[in-house]
Amino acid sequence: MPESLQMLLHTFSALADLGQEVTNAEDFPEMVRHGMFLLLGSLAIRRGGIAEFDEESGRLRFVATRGLGDERLKDITLDALDIESLRNLGLCGFHVGDEASGLQRFWQRHQALLDAQRIELIVPLVVRGDLNGLIILGGKASGAPFSADDRDVICSMARHLAVGIHTHRLLAELEHKAEENRRLYEGQRAIYKDTVRAFAAAIDIKDKYTQGHSERVGKYSEAIAREMGWSEEEVEGIAVAGYLHDIGKLIVERDIINAPYRIDAKQSSELNRHPAAGFEILSPIKHPYADIPLMARYHHERIDGRGYPEGLTGDQIPMGAKIVALADSFDAMTTDRPYKRRRTLEDVVEDLRHNTGKQFGPEVVIAFCKALLKEVTGETKKRTIVKLLGKDYIEPERIAPLLAQLVKDLESGALVATNKA
Amino acid sequence: MSESITGVPVSSRCIGKTAVIYAGDYLNKLSGERIERECRRQFEAGYRALVINFRDTELVNSIGVSILLGVIDAAEHVGAQLVFSDVNHQTIQLFEMLGLTRHVALAKDEQEALKTLTEFAATPQANGH
Repeated sequence: MPESLQMLLHTFSALADLGQEVTNAEDFPEMVRHGMFLLLGSLAIRRGGIAEFDEESGRLRFVATRGLGDERLKDITLDALDIESLRNLGLCGFHVGDEASGLQRFWQRHQALLDAQRIELIVPLVVRGDLNGLIILGGKASGAPFSADDRDVICSMARHLAVGIHTHRLLAELEHKAEENRRLYEGQRAIYKDTVRAFAAAIDIKDKYTQGHSERVGKYSEAIAREMGWSEEEVEGIAVAGYLHDIGKLIVERDIINAPYRIDAKQSSELNRHPAAGFEILSPIKHPYADIPLMARYHHERIDGRGYPEGLTGDQIPMGAKIVALADSFDAMTTDRPYKRRRTLEDVVEDLRHNTGKQFGPEVVIAFCKALLKEVTGETKKRTIVKLLGKDYIEPERIAPLLAQLVKDLESGALVATNKA
Repeated sequence: MSESITGVPVSSRCIGKTAVIYAGDYLNKLSGERIERECRRQFEAGYRALVINFRDTELVNSIGVSILLGVIDAAEHVGAQLVFSDVNHQTIQLFEMLGLTRHVALAKDEQEALKTLTEFAATPQANGH
């Protein structure tokens, strides 16, 4: 094979390999190192280095070097004039000291370093007028000076590397911006959550007997949704719905809410306006979660259609509203009220048994019982429900079998059929 | 013996004061740097005569050339003698064209390489007077 053809094949193969390598966005230093091996090997150049330019610090940071001595090559600091002159030259190979290059000032400033490393050629890595880096190259193994053809080969390969570095920089910038956006978004979510909590506190302050009710309903709802396999996003949403479900109470007379006796029909009708009022308050807000206003509107609906405000039945009631409804009732039964003390947990489980399929959705009751059972038996270390109820309130050996039996009866479907009948 | 490349060891052996390293077909990827490291290890162990046997190497690409330049550098640094043996015709042409043969001797086979190195060791310069 003629020598020129073999040389052509050798450099062409290096160029092809490099073209593939620069698409490796996952490991930037490895991509550059690989590129350097290919570049040096294509013309048997004995030493060299590839630096990435950091615009912020004005430094050329060497990503890969070879044959430049044991000591890692120190970064090169460029001043504005250096940057300007390298940028203006574009992507070309220049012999060190070449007076025609217009880099006299650069040669002077960095002569000691270039001499110490026996550098013969430099190539600024310029893409679309931006300086992305610099390649420095020592002599060839043949001892011959770099020819015009050599410089063409080097510039072709340098172009690939420049694009690789440029792409890496763009990706890094994009990632940085995405991270910044993520932080902003997280910040906004935190503000939203704090606002929701503040609202919940405001709602509960109005009702002196049920302090902490909204927060507990939020947490019970969260536990149920998680047990039902909802996504984290959905679980966060249902917690917010729980916190805000009673927001409509803000328009109900304080005397009615705080009445230390059973309220009469008229007062009851006034109080029953709160789900629809909650919907009106929450609807204009752009929540980061779906259906929050609907969950407030329907949290007093019942499966059997005897709830309010619309008397919806079964599947007409959104699942989120069914969850909040159970969490709300459970908290009402397990906390002291002005006119009655809280019921025992056994009694509450009996109430759930009696009302599933009538007041409560079976799938929601099953999930709640399973979540509570896991906490009571220690199957899970997360004790959301137990903490809210208080340890003294629960007798695990008594409550666990009741919960397990209720789950079993509900899953068989027989209990719901009986309750409906 | 020696360093493994994805489970396959870099093959090498020592004959008297000479170390022989088999390039295999690893040379054309970055993992071939392990061959360079193996050479450096032999130099550190005191060997000053080294043969790289290319009997299983069909083709040397740019990465392979870079790795071999690293070996040449390391040999020059410690004053070691380096011979490439069993190099195929096409690769010989490439080495000549790129100027590698200015820094390293070529031998037809391992026997000839060992002989070359023995002869070199017998010269007054190599014996250090």
